[in-house]
Amino acid sequence: MIDYDKLIARKCYDMKPSGIRRFFDLANAREGVISLGVGEPDFQTPWNVRQAAISSLERGKTKYTANAGMVELKTAIADKIRKDTGVSYEPSDIIVTVGGSEGIDIAIRALVDPGDEVLVVEPCFVCYAPIVSLSGGTPVALETCAEDEFKLTASQLKSKITDKTKMLILPFPNNPTGAVMDRKDLEEIAEVLDGTDIIVLTDEIYSALTYGGEHTSIIQIGDMAERTIYVNGFSKAYSMTGWRLGYVAAPTPLSKQMLKIHQYAIMCSPTVSQYAGIEAITSCDSDIAKMRTEYDQRRRWLVKALNDIGLSCFEPRGAFYVFPSIQSTGLSSEEFCERLLNEHDVAVVPGNAFGDCGEGFIRISYAYSLKHIMTAVERIAEFIKTV
Amino acid sequence: MDQLLTLLKENARLSTSELATMTGMTEAAVAAKIAAYENNGTIRGYQAIINEELADKNALTCFIEVKVTPKAKQGFDELANTIMGFDGVESVYLMSGSFDLAVTLSGTDYKEIALFVARRLSTLDGVVSTSTHFVLKRYKDRGVCMDTEIDERGLVAP
Repeated sequence: MIDYDKLIARKCYDMKPSGIRRFFDLANAREGVISLGVGEPDFQTPWNVRQAAISSLERGKTKYTANAGMVELKTAIADKIRKDTGVSYEPSDIIVTVGGSEGIDIAIRALVDPGDEVLVVEPCFVCYAPIVSLSGGTPVALETCAEDEFKLTASQLKSKITDKTKMLILPFPNNPTGAVMDRKDLEEIAEVLDGTDIIVLTDEIYSALTYGGEHTSIIQIGDMAERTIYVNGFSKAYSMTGWRLGYVAAPTPLSKQMLKIHQYAIMCSPTVSQYAGIEAITSCDSDIAKMRTEYDQRRRWLVKALNDIGLSCFEPRGAFYVFPSIQSTGLSSEEFCERLLNEHDVAVVPGNAFGDCGEGFIRISYAYSLKHIMTAVERIAEFIKTV
Repeated sequence: MDQLLTLLKENARLSTSELATMTGMTEAAVAAKIAAYENNGTIRGYQAIINEELADKNALTCFIEVKVTPKAKQGFDELANTIMGFDGVESVYLMSGSFDLAVTLSGTDYKEIALFVARRLSTLDGVVSTSTHFVLKRYKDRGVCMDTEIDERGLVAP
């Protein structure tokens, strides 16, 4: 008998599976579950985008593209970044990736050496720390809290910087909290980083979904673009999760290195998705606006409804999540979610799946129809009466 | 379209307070705006969207294409007004293209609809011809799917 466990690389073997996985299995084992647990839009990819993909297939555009992506797409991406932020990247400094996830992966792998420390704002999307560990780096949590509206503060950042700090991962608008960083907040962060050798990895996959104000990127602050790797993508903005299409933009010396990993590991992003991406980025502004309005209406309804039933939550201004506190129930995040699932058939995600400081919170997604959200909240309200 | 109208079109049972929360307006402003829409006729009514197949097994709906000779002064309006006054007529549209009026008619048996077309509609002055199409299955009505939509996303995901 082969002892496979012994053969697995230690770094992989020691990596914990995502805490969300367990809930996925629990929820799937039951019938009649209604979920507020997903992290992807409920809208369809705009029809013209799907049409562009179909048309590319009909024309037989099914070969590899250039490693970094089609020039036409990279140019459109550079134009979009310039329009959104005022920062100009050469198309050659942009890499079209397999979702934002790959952008995160190649950025960390290109920068992090064994022994390096990487500051990770938590609660956050689940992939950063495991990739840092795979690279031999040490993830260092920057724990944000409800009192600060889950923003990263300058003093917090300062207190965790050491001479080993290589990178700061800045994921705003934030999954799972829905927090955003305003210009003033980012200016304070930039001031701390000024004069250091710390690179920022800014994951702005939810940038199109900011409510009641324009999204600001860290690359807009001073000369931060020089020390920033900018990750964004098509999944959330254009409702294109399954297309696996994202991009990363960075100063030339960094993008050159990331491209090496991308070309060996990936070759190029799916050609059909790239054609779809060109259509999305050049002609879907009105679709985004429509989706954003609808998310915003649900967000407002949900925040009020949760506060009304006794789950206090700060008003999230980005992404499509609310992150209410469940501390008033006296339950832990996991107990709350398991009981809600078992007793009332509603699936939400425990906050601690996104970092230890998420304990005492749950993540509720509003990437669902209002009708669906209303039914789920009714059930949550019933549950709260019983605890 | 005004956000308020879009929301009501989707779900007319949202309360004034919910509409206020969702749009960021005050309740008083929402109430005033709705009243204004009702008074000026922008909002014509509030109805439930019913899956007729479940509500009444005998329910029948048909679309009737009507070709018409327009009258000198009134054009199509007079005839349209007459038709929409008949029982069972759910909608009357003036159309571009190969016919003039599109009439939606609901009834409970085939004979009733046949009589309507033969006796009432075809005999009207100005009606040149009719073409009746029966609805076999309703998949979607006024933006609402008649079957439960299946969410292909997983129940829980990062």
